[in-house]
Amino acid sequence: MAFEVRVQTADFDVSSELALLRQHSLQTGAVVNFVGTVRDVNHGQAVASMELEHYPGMTEKAISDIVSQAKQRWQLLAATVIHRVGLLQPGEQIVLVAVSSKHRGEAFQACEFIMDFLKTQAPFWKKEQTEQGAQWVDARESDGEAAKRWQ
Amino acid sequence: MVKVLFFASYREALGLPEVAVTMPHNMSLAEFKQWLITENGDSWQAVLNAPNSVQAVNQTVADDDQPVVDGDEVAFFPPVTGG
Repeated sequence: MAFEVRVQTADFDVSSELALLRQHSLQTGAVVNFVGTVRDVNHGQAVASMELEHYPGMTEKAISDIVSQAKQRWQLLAATVIHRVGLLQPGEQIVLVAVSSKHRGEAFQACEFIMDFLKTQAPFWKKEQTEQGAQWVDARESDGEAAKRWQ
Repeated sequence: MVKVLFFASYREALGLPEVAVTMPHNMSLAEFKQWLITENGDSWQAVLNAPNSVQAVNQTVADDDQPVVDGDEVAFFPPVTGG
């Protein structure tokens, strides 16, 4: 299986990433992707911008481990995970998770699994600029619950 | 020497992203934290004993029993919020 994990400041182009993913195998019958973007309001507060910090080295390792777990659970042909860091504006793309498989069921599940575990295990931290000043985003309990579904 | 890293709000609270320390002897991660607090004072206590604090040794999440040895990289950070 071909899988790629990237952490970068630059934006990404979803269609070219999906085209690359499809090229890995002519057995591909399904490509599922998720794109996370910056909201302009969080918990009722206007968000002017968002700064994303990560732990270089561990972040890539943690995501690769999650993708490996997905590979053990489902018959995947390829996977791409791209996560941006640095300063982002509302509307901008933060994360891409894309997986391919022969049939859609496995691709849908693997994509959601990777995203759920990325949110709870990959070392990234968000800091929002709001009218009340800068604040670190708290981890959500619902994200922990989402990851537990897969156990 | 052990490299100690802090991220996000912990980095800001202590005002430093990383520090290199020389341990007097090998320790468990729990002992290592206590030793850092004794050496550095209350601001470190607030960070290292924060209720939801996550700790990693050599870039893998670790619990308090994990041994810390010379050459290790130890990191402390708040719960993650990526995605």
